[in-house]
Amino acid sequence: MDVMPKWADALLIPLISILIAFAISAGVIVAIGEDPVAALNTMVTGALGSSYGWGYTLYYTTNFIFTGLAVAVAFHARMFNIGGEGQAMLGGVGVALVCLFIPFPHWILALPVALIGGALFGAAWAAIPAYLQAKRGSHIVITTIMFNFIAGSLLVFLLVEVLKPAGAMDPATAKFPEGTHLPTFQDMFSFGEKPAFRGAPANVTFFIALLSCFAVWLLIWRTRLGYAIRAYGHSEPAALYAGISPTRIIMIAMLISGGLSGMMAINAVMGEAERLVLNSVEGAGFIGIAVALMGRSHPLGVLLAALLFGFLYQGGAELSLWTNVPRELIVVIQALVILFTGALDNMVRIPLEKLFLMFRRKSPEPATTVVKPAE
Amino acid sequence: MSDAPAIELKGISKAFGPVQANKDISIRVMPGTIHGIIGENGAGKSTLMSILYGFYKADSGQVFINGKETTIPDSQAAIAAGIGMVFQHFKLVENFTVLENVVLGAEEGGRLMPSLSKARKLLTELADEYELNVDPDKKIEDIGVGMQQRVEILKALYRKAEILILDEPTGVLTPSEADHLFRILKGLKDEGKTIILITHKLREIMDVTDTVSVMRRGEMTATVKTKETSPEHLAELMVGRKVLLRVDKKPATPYAKVLEVKNLRVKDDAGVERLKGVSLDVHGGEIVGIAGVAGNGQSELLEVLGGYRKAKGNVMINGEPIDLTGRKSDGQSRRAKGIAHVPEDRHREGLILDFQAWENIAFGYHNDPAYQKNRWLMDNRAIRQDTADKMKRFDVRPPNPHLTAKNFSGGNQQKIVLAREIERNPELLLVGQPTRGVDIGAIEFIHQQLVALRDRGKAILLVSVELDEIMSLADRIIVMFDGQIMGERIAGQTDERELGLLMAGVTDTGRSPLAQGSTGAMRVGNPGRGA
Repeated sequence: MDVMPKWADALLIPLISILIAFAISAGVIVAIGEDPVAALNTMVTGALGSSYGWGYTLYYTTNFIFTGLAVAVAFHARMFNIGGEGQAMLGGVGVALVCLFIPFPHWILALPVALIGGALFGAAWAAIPAYLQAKRGSHIVITTIMFNFIAGSLLVFLLVEVLKPAGAMDPATAKFPEGTHLPTFQDMFSFGEKPAFRGAPANVTFFIALLSCFAVWLLIWRTRLGYAIRAYGHSEPAALYAGISPTRIIMIAMLISGGLSGMMAINAVMGEAERLVLNSVEGAGFIGIAVALMGRSHPLGVLLAALLFGFLYQGGAELSLWTNVPRELIVVIQALVILFTGALDNMVRIPLEKLFLMFRRKSPEPATTVVKPAE
Repeated sequence: MSDAPAIELKGISKAFGPVQANKDISIRVMPGTIHGIIGENGAGKSTLMSILYGFYKADSGQVFINGKETTIPDSQAAIAAGIGMVFQHFKLVENFTVLENVVLGAEEGGRLMPSLSKARKLLTELADEYELNVDPDKKIEDIGVGMQQRVEILKALYRKAEILILDEPTGVLTPSEADHLFRILKGLKDEGKTIILITHKLREIMDVTDTVSVMRRGEMTATVKTKETSPEHLAELMVGRKVLLRVDKKPATPYAKVLEVKNLRVKDDAGVERLKGVSLDVHGGEIVGIAGVAGNGQSELLEVLGGYRKAKGNVMINGEPIDLTGRKSDGQSRRAKGIAHVPEDRHREGLILDFQAWENIAFGYHNDPAYQKNRWLMDNRAIRQDTADKMKRFDVRPPNPHLTAKNFSGGNQQKIVLAREIERNPELLLVGQPTRGVDIGAIEFIHQQLVALRDRGKAILLVSVELDEIMSLADRIIVMFDGQIMGERIAGQTDERELGLLMAGVTDTGRSPLAQGSTGAMRVGNPGRGA
C-alpha cells in the first residue's frame, strides 16, 4: 500500500520544497538589506506582468522543456545524462549548418529540416558516451560531463576556424538567411494596432516543445519501446530475463535524450539569435536536470517545472536590472530550488509521509491491513 | 534448572506504519530447551527476534531475561544479557580468518594477540565438546556454508551467550549439514543453553524442538509441546485452515522428448566453470526436479535455458537446436520457441516491483500482437483485461490489475508470475524455487497448477533447494553438485538420505569428486534425520 496519495507525491512535495526554497531566499534578501516582498513583486511583474515578460519567460521555458525531457527520458532508463549542455551545443551546430547551407524559401520547410539537423547532431554527441556505457561499462555520468567540455572546445574551434565569416570579429556564424527566420510570438499574436510580445524571443518553437511533451508521454507510457525502457530502468536483471537487450535500450534512450537536447537549438539558435554564437545554450542543459528531477520525469511535470524555471530566469534578470539585488543572488535562489526539489526531496517527503500516516490511523479504516513481510 | 523462564516476553507490539508486525505477543521459553517459532513469511517472526536482539524498539511490552525485566536498546545490550543471534545471512568478514571473525568486536584491550590466543583455546574446547569443529586459521571465503554457520555459533558462544537465536538456519545447508547442526544444538541444550529456532519448515520443528509457538499475521496463535502436536496440526495453526501437505498427483505419463541438453558448459564472469558438461532431457508430461544445495549450477542452468546466459553445448527443443551464443540466444527468442520461465528470484527478475500488476502480466510478452493496438501503440486496455482474467483464474488477491507488484504478498506475487508463464501454455516450463517465501496456502495452489500443466502433456524442469518439494512434486530427480550431475533417481524409489549424499557430492560409487570443507563433515554411516 502506498503511504501517500498520488497527488501529494506529485504536487504537494514539490510545492512545499519550492516554498521552503523561497522562504530561505527571502531570508538571504533580508540579510543583504533588501525587501523580499518588493523583490518578489519585481520578479512576478517582470516575468509574468506583461506580454513582453511572458515572451521571455516562455522562451526560457521552451529551452528547459527540451533539456528537461532529454534528462527525463534518460532517467526512465536509469541513466543520468548530464551531457545536455554539450548535446545542445552540437545541436546548435547541426541547426546552423542546415540554415546556412540549404537555401530555404520559407520557414515552414526550414523548421522540420533544422529540427532533424539539431536532433541528429545532439543524438550523435550522446551516442558516443552511450556506446561506451553499453559496451565498455564507462559510467555515463563521467563520460557525458566530459563530453560537455569537449563540445565546448569543439564549438570554439568550429566558430573561430570554420564557420566565422571572413573578417568578422566575434566568434559566431553569419546571420541565417531570411527563409529560415521563425515567426516570433510578436509575429503570430499581434492583432490590430498594439503589438503583443514586442521584442520578446518566444517563437513558434514553444509549440514544438509542447508537442514534444506529448510525444515523450506517448513514447514512455504507450509504446513497446517505452515499456522496455521503463522495465530496464527499474531492473536490469529483470530486463535480461524478459529478453530486453540492455545495449539496445541504453543506445536508444540516449539517442532520444541527445536528440531532444539538440532540438533546443531550434529555439535558441534558429528562433532567437538567428546565428550560432558561443554561448547559445546558457546553462539550459544543466537546468534540464533540475527540471526533470522536479517534474518527476513525467512530461507534464517537466512542463510545469520548466515554466517555474523560465519564470526564475526571466524574473531574476528583471530583479538584477531594477533592484540592488545582485545577479548572483538569482543563482542562489535557483540553486535553493534545485537543492530542495532534487537533493533534499526526502527532507520534505519523510515528515509528510508521517503526517499522512497519522491521518490514516485516525480515520476509521476497516481491517484491510495486510501484514508486510518483515523478512 | 531454575523455575524462571530464560526469556519471557509480555505483550510485545510493534507496528511499521500502518502494518502491525507484532500484536500483543507473549511467550515463555524455559532454560535448557529448544523452542521453535514457526510461521509463514511475514508472520512477524523476524520482527519479534529483532526486538529481542535490540534492532527494533517495541511499541509496547516487556522483556524478562531470567526473570528480570530488561530493556534491550541495541545489540550490545542483547549480548550483555547473554543473547546470541545467528542470522539467516551470515555477518562475517570474508577475508578474515575464523579466529579473527570470532574475536571481532569483542577484543579485550588494545592488543589483539591475547584475545586471539584466548579464542583459539576456547575454540578447541568447544570443538571437542559439541562437534563445533572448524579450522581457526582458515579464511571465511575458503570454507563451506555449514562451516560458516558454525563460526556464527562460535561467535555467540565466545560472547558467553546463554540464549541462542537461529533464524532459518537450514536454508543454505544440505540435509546432512542440517543434521550436524541439530546435533550441535542438542549438545548445547544438554549443557543448559536455551535455543530459539525460527523456521518455516515443519519437519525441523518436529525433529528438534521441545516446545513450539506458531505465529500468524503478527499474532501468536498457539504455543504447544512438540510431542503433543503433528505437522498437519501446526500447518493448520499457521494458515488458519486445513491444508494438504502432500501433493496429490497421478503417476506421470511421459510423451516425446521436449528438452534435450547435451554437454552444457558455462563459465561465469570470473572465468570459473559453473556448469561442467551437463546433459539431461525432459519429456512432455513429466516434471523433472533438480535437487542440490544452492549455488551448485542450478541457477546457471535455468539462466542458459531461459536465454540470459551464454553457454557452450547443445540444447534442443522438440528436436530443434536453440541458439546458445548468438543473436537468437535472448529471452524473446526462447519465448518464441515455447519456453516459459518462472525465475528463482521473483523480486530481482520475475517482476518489476514498481510496475502495476497489468504491466507485469505483459512482462516478457510485451511484443505479443494481442497486446498491441496498432503498429506503434500498446493496447493497455487489452492487457488490463487479460490481467484481470488471469488474476481471477490464479486466485490472486486482491484481484486488482492496478495494484503495484510490491504491494502483493509473496504468494500472490508468485501467482502473478505463474499466471503469466503458465497461461501461455508453454512446451517447456522452467521453474526456479516456485514456493520460496510463499505461504503454505499458496504453495498448495502453486503445486496443483504445476501438476495440472504436466497433466496437459507439457514438460516441466523444476529447480528447488527444498528437497521436500522436489521429492513430492518431481517424477524424476536429478541431483547437481559443483556444476555436474551426480545422479538421477525415480521419485518414490529414493529417499532423502540417498539424495542428501548425492547433494553433498558423494557419487554412486561412494567417492567424492571434490574434498571440500563442507563435505568434510560427511561420514560413513551418516545418521539420517529422525534417527
